[in-house]
This record gives sequence, C-alpha cells and structure tokens, in this order.
Amino acid sequence: MSAGVSVGLVVNPVAGLGGAAGLKGSDGAEVQRAALARGATPRAGERAARAVRALLSRRPGTRLVTAPGPMGEHSARAAGAPHTLVRSVPPSEPGASGVTTAGDTRRAVLAMAGVDLLLFAGGDGTARDVLDAVRELRERGERVPPVLGIPAGVKVYSGCFALSPAAAGTLAAAYISGTSGVSGTSGDGSGRAALAEAEVVDLDEDRYRQGLVSPVLYGALRVPAAPAALSGRKAGSSGTAPGTVEGIAREVVSRMRPGVRHVLGPGATTRAVGRELGLATTLLGVDVVERVERVERVERDGAGGRLVAADVSEAELSGLVEGGEAVLVLSVIGGQGFVLGRGNQQVSPRVLRAVLGDAPGDAPGARAAGRLLVLATQQKLAALGGRPLLADSGDEDLDRMLAGHVQVITGYHESTIYRISAASEELNG
Amino acid sequence: MNTAEPFAELPVAPKPPLRRFHQARWDEPIIFELSRPGRRGIAVPEPGAPRVELPESVRRAEPPKLPELAQPHVVRHYLRLSQENLGNDLNIDVGQGTCTMKYSPKVNDRFAAAVAELHPLQHEDTVQGVLEIYWRLERMLAEISGMSRVSLQPGSGSAAIYANVAMIRAYHAARGETHRDQVITTMFSHPSNAACAKVAGFEVITLMPDADGLPDIEALRAAVGPRTAALMITNPEDTGIFNPRIREFVDLVHEAGGLACYDQANANGILGITRARDAGFDLCHFNLHKTFSTPHSCGGPAAGACGVSADLAPFLPGPVVAFDGSAYTLETPERSIGKVRPFLGVTQNIVRAYAWIMSLGAEGLRQVAETAALNNNYLMRKILAIPGASAPWGTRRIEQARYSWQELSEETGVHSEEIGVRASDFGVHYWTSHHPYLVPEPFTLEPTESYSKEDLDEYAAILAHVADEARRDPEMVKGAPYNQTVHKIDPSPLDDPKAWAPTWRAYVRKHLS
Repeated sequence: MSAGVSVGLVVNPVAGLGGAAGLKGSDGAEVQRAALARGATPRAGERAARAVRALLSRRPGTRLVTAPGPMGEHSARAAGAPHTLVRSVPPSEPGASGVTTAGDTRRAVLAMAGVDLLLFAGGDGTARDVLDAVRELRERGERVPPVLGIPAGVKVYSGCFALSPAAAGTLAAAYISGTSGVSGTSGDGSGRAALAEAEVVDLDEDRYRQGLVSPVLYGALRVPAAPAALSGRKAGSSGTAPGTVEGIAREVVSRMRPGVRHVLGPGATTRAVGRELGLATTLLGVDVVERVERVERVERDGAGGRLVAADVSEAELSGLVEGGEAVLVLSVIGGQGFVLGRGNQQVSPRVLRAVLGDAPGDAPGARAAGRLLVLATQQKLAALGGRPLLADSGDEDLDRMLAGHVQVITGYHESTIYRISAASEELNG
Repeated sequence: MNTAEPFAELPVAPKPPLRRFHQARWDEPIIFELSRPGRRGIAVPEPGAPRVELPESVRRAEPPKLPELAQPHVVRHYLRLSQENLGNDLNIDVGQGTCTMKYSPKVNDRFAAAVAELHPLQHEDTVQGVLEIYWRLERMLAEISGMSRVSLQPGSGSAAIYANVAMIRAYHAARGETHRDQVITTMFSHPSNAACAKVAGFEVITLMPDADGLPDIEALRAAVGPRTAALMITNPEDTGIFNPRIREFVDLVHEAGGLACYDQANANGILGITRARDAGFDLCHFNLHKTFSTPHSCGGPAAGACGVSADLAPFLPGPVVAFDGSAYTLETPERSIGKVRPFLGVTQNIVRAYAWIMSLGAEGLRQVAETAALNNNYLMRKILAIPGASAPWGTRRIEQARYSWQELSEETGVHSEEIGVRASDFGVHYWTSHHPYLVPEPFTLEPTESYSKEDLDEYAAILAHVADEARRDPEMVKGAPYNQTVHKIDPSPLDDPKAWAPTWRAYVRKHLS
C-alpha cells in the first residue's frame, strides 16, 4: 500500500466500565451511570492509545482518522499520532454524563468508510455496533473497510479482537504494510495482506447478570488474518496446513453419505461445509443439505451438494428430519463452548430426539455417534482452557443424556474427543 | 570498560556480566555463484588405460552443472559458512527444547571415521566387527527399553515413528483386523506421531490436555473402540510433564484391542528410571541423535531405533543382525514391513551411539537422566524468577519445560520469537520448536546433562536482560538482531510453494529464469 494509507480509530469510551464495577458488561446508559457512580474509571481510551503506540512504532507517521473527544481523539493525542477528525459526529463531548451510546459508535464508523483499516476499542457490544454500521454501508453499496478490535470491554468473546492492545497495533501495522507477516499474504499474487472472516458474538447481558451465559452469534466481520495470534509463527506451515476451517469442511463432506439429510447449524465453520459442497448456505440460519451421488464431482469442483432448505424454522426443521436418517452438524459458538441452545434454537429437543433417538447403542455417546458432528479448530478448543463444551437444548434431561464425550472434527481426518456437559449442571456448579 | 573498576589495573580486563558477542558476517555467495568455467581443485593425470565407452543410453547429453572452484576457495567458502553458525559446539544450546542438544564427545567421531570406508554391500564375513556393534547396540537398547528386539535401520526419529506405524498396520492386517483405522495421540505428544499416522492412512484422534496439562483419560476411554489401531504417545510430553497414569492409558488401549506405541523422543530424563515395556508398551522408538549423542545432522542422516515386543518382532524392518553364538549374519524378519531406508542403518551414528553408551555404562546412563532433570529444574527456577515469564500448569517438569512470555508480551507488544532473536545478539538463541502452539508466546528450553551451572546462569541472565530490555525499549528488541550474520528475514516465502528453492537448480528455475 502507498504512503497515503489511513487508519480509522473508534473508541467506545464506556467499554469495560461495568467489569471493574462488577456489573458484568457495560451495555446501556443506566449500567454505565451505575458503574461511574461506583467509581469505575474508563480504560478503553488508554488501551486504544496502547494499540496506537504499537502501530506507530512499526509504522511511524501513520495518519489516523478518528472521532472527537473520548471517542478516539484523546487516545490519538495520548499516543502522539497525527490525526484528522471526522465531522459527521457531533464534536461535543458525547453525552453530558460522559456516556456514549451505540448510535455514536455506528455514526463514527459510517463516517470512516474510506479508511484502509478501521480499529475499534471496546467489547462484544461495540463489535455489534460496528457490525450494524458495516451492514448499513453494505446496504448503501458503499466500500466496507476491514476492521480489527482492540480488546477493551468486559466481554471479549468475538473473533474480531486481537489478543491484546499491543497485538492489535502490531497486526494493524503489518496489515497496512501489505503483509500481515505472521500469516503470509493472500496467495493470489497481489501482495495484499490476507483477510479472514471473524464471528461477532455477544451475550445477553441481562441474562448474564442472572448467571446465565447465553452468547448469540450476530454475524461476521472481515479482519486481517492472524492465525498465529497465540504465538510467533509456525515455521514452514503452508496454506494446506491441517486444522483449518477448509480441512474441517472437507472431512465433514467426506463423511456424508448421499441421501442423508445434514442439518448445518449457524457459524463460519458450518458455512465452509456448504461452500465445500458448492452451496450458498447461510451464516446465521440453520440449513439442510444433502450430498449428491456423484463423488467425482465433489472432488473436481466442489459442487457436490443439494440445498434442501435454507434458514429453516424449528417447525420446518422438525418436518425435514422426521422419519428419515439425518445428521446434525454444529459448530462451537463463542468463547464458552456452547454447541446447543445458542443461536441454533431451531435444533429443538424435538429435532434432537428425531435425529439421535433411534440410533443404535446404549451409552449416550454411542447413541450420538455419527448423528452429531461437532466442528471446532484445535485453537478454539484450546481457548476453552480445559472447560467442557456445553449443551442447553431447552430440555435438561436431553442435555444430561448428551453429556459425556463427543468427537469434535478439527481437520481433515483429524478429530479429538472432548467433554460435553449439560449447561444447567455446569453453570450451576 | 569503566576505568573506576578495582580490576582496571589487571593486565587483562575482566569480562562484563553479559558477553560482548559478535557473529561473523562474510556476506558469502552461494557456491554456484563462485563457479568459474575451467577452474579445478586437482589436475587429474591421464589414466594411461584405455577409455571405457559407455552406451549412448547412459551418457549425459551435457555435463552436470557442478560448481568449478580451486581448492583454497572451497576451503574458504565452507569455513566462512561454518563461522556464520550457532552450532551445538559454540553456544549454550538449551534453546532447542524437545531437540535434546547435548555435547557429543569428539573421540566418538574418530571411531565413526574408522568405519567410513566400509561398503554397505560387503559380504557379512568381511564385516563381522561392525555387525557385532549393531548386535550389541541392539541388545543395549532392548535392555534400556525392556523390548525384545530393536531395529537400527531408520535414518531419523520420524522414520522410526513411521516404521512403527507401518508395523502397527501390518500387525492388524495379519490378524485380519484392517478395520482398525484410527490412531490416538495427544496434543503435546511429538507432532510426528500424528503426521506419520496420517501419512500411513490412519485417521488421527488427538486428546486435548485437561486442566492439569495432562491428556484427558476420560476422553481416551471415549475414544477407544473397535477402530482403534494404536495409541501413540510421548511421555514426558513436550511440556516436560510426566504422565503418572501412563499404565492406565496403555491398559485402556489394550482392552480395546489396540497397540500402545511409546515415542521416546523425550527419553533423556528417564534413562535407567522407567522402561517402555514395563509400562506395557508394545512398540517404542528412540532418536539416537537426541538421547544417545549422535549428531542431529540438520535433517540429514541422524539415526532412529524401533523397539518392539516379541509379538511385533516378526514385523520389524529388515535386515536385522542375528547372532548364533559364533557369527553375525543378516536376516530379514519373517513378516517384515520391508526397508525404511537402504542397507542396515546409518552405521557411523550406530558406532557413535554404541561408544557413548559403552563409555557411560548403566549407572552413567541413569546419571545422565538425573543430571538432565536437575539441570532443567534449576533453570526453571531461574526462568520463572524473570518478571513476565511463566510456565503453564505450574507442576514439576522432567527434562524440559514449555514456558510462556504471555504476560511480558501483552505488556510490551514484544513477541516470544523476537526475544529469541534478540538473545542471539549475546551468542545464544531459542527457536520455534513449540508445536502445537497452544501455549501463548511460547519458548521451550531443554538443558541436558551437558551444561554446567555457569552455563545455565549465563543463559538465564541473557533472557532476563532481554525481558528487561523489552520493558525499557521494546523497539530495541523488535529491531534485533544487531550482532548477527543476518538481520531480519522475511518468513512469508515459507508459506509460498512458488518461492521454495531447496536446490540451486530450483532457485534458477523459479527466480532467475
């Protein structure tokens, strides 16, 4: 990229406020005021400044485009970054009480559509606001810049965040330099740094405060690829390295028998299964697919599938899996390890019983074997730190029946055996 | 030097606490670039014998494109390259964790040279001495592992693992159990186990570590079944943590009809203390270049050894050496998987490993393991005293430890790899042997029995200095190295097959034409 690159910066100044105050999140003006009243100090601005410092140390003189006051200007100044302010955001200090709203974040993002990379500091709630703005840009047919999150919120479970503020700055610098360094380039010979799709998930904070963890998948953002966020680089790894989403998709397709209905849950990993079959399945919905007979077609051009139904309701799904053989293909949602009951409520107890119920074998694990495929990269499982996968189907008996160990597909001809628990038991200790 | 120091009047100035190291930098071209047509090392005299006419079918159309140089240029070239190097004989080589870098006594090279002129196709009658060395080394490794027979044919550790996978496959096939198509391994086992199993056509099931950093035994219970061909496991794993329930792991796999295969790449801390067969394993392997002091050879001919129980012995790669009490002969086991490399094995390394074991004896081997574990736990205390360094799971380690700079990295933005590179400015290093990269910002250290307390103190002091520097001046660390042969290299071509050039011919084809 040329010297004329610009990096956008949006700070959600109230992100992270609720965490220190024990409020488990900072969504909504009421919670923010409560946090400030409890003596919480904003930290998102300082974390954003740390990211900017890391960016500048690698790419001195990088020009920032940012929003006035605590929404970015303060952080840019603190880091000594040359910056331009966007005008479409009211230049007043947002909110008399120092409280900004989701609308402020969205408006700031909309005003920065022309930047080469957009950094935002906040948590999962902020990521959702950014996602909303990105969708608006798309609807208007405008250019959508890649984004990268600086972790500064209480809840940071979405994949669009870097590991730390410094890591965000370093990755941003590598990206605008035309290579993301740790991950190589896009491989199309253009020299452009590679982008990856990262999921945006968020918890329902009211439920979270009641002790119920319920992440919901909201969508995906394009972010600079950083598969080695946990490390330096893996020497000699190549694009065909095991454990990729594509490898997982290939394995799922290789296990599919023609004529058997496969229920693809929401998520980027299950969508890759659709892609492998040559089908445009949905990211957020539940889709039903089948593999067609001609194996050689699958191997040649990946167009080996039939979309039985897209984005089905619970009732439609129940009708589609009734009476015939079916397999559930579900990915792990968010950082808590939910497999059932988060973003895929269409897979109801009725559907689960129809799919798993008549499988042979006595042990629950054996019963589910082959009828339930769970997908996750090894990195995603490692991030659980030994905690189990969770099932919260809405029927606690069914969850307890599923509890035990499931095979999780982690790559082509690669899997692991991982513990799954009923969410009600696990979360209530 | 500070002239105020009390030692300033000594004829030789005392050394500063950290070595003022500087690597040689010769900016040396590739040997093909040094070639000049017609230049020769030796003017070979006319043979004075009639020329042999080769048939057209075996004649080259044009001569091979070998570099043409005079002798002094060849000597100078390779000596320069040898100076641009941080080999095991130059640095405190504890930073190649999992690689077991130890001092290889020079006298053993002289023994190896003594067999260099044997031909691998010589008749058995003419090489009884070297066959005796093979036989005796096999018996020693059988004693060390508790196994019945050992093949010394593999040319590397991974070749030995592959030979073990091939024997597992052949064993099940011989019993009509070809449906056994799954191999179970663990996340922190040596990654070659998963790789070799996959190459041999098996599906790989990897057990993740539990909250204590050990593979989850309940997951193993759920994983074993009629499709289980084998468990392939390293112990201690690459974290340095020893699995105390290893016997239960083996029993679970046996109950399901599978075989248990012990990767002994990390055997340096358990020599003379535990034995693979005593824990019930059916197969095991050693890397002679790790545990038994033969050169690593940069991926060239190292040496591996496969040990098996009596049930698996008929499947060993061949030939193996047999002894009838008076003479040594070569024989191929009855149901052998065949050869995993040409001829008998890497004979010079077999001789080195034999000499090394003979010089130590049984007590000496046990002392190696105890010293290696002591060194590791000493170094671990020194490393964990550095602010920003940690070791996940906090338990005792055997002969190596996987550490994390996560805290330091989050604080400073400096990555583990950059710290390792900066360390090279002081004449030591650590590299990237931390697969599968589950530990954030990892570094893996393995101080074998070869290092003194002063060596370990120096290594730890260098890392402490660099960690401190990362806080004071992160850009200094990120800009490293400064005192090295090469500065930053761009790793991205490693991910691009179009850029790979393992030979000069490939380089010319891909980059110069």
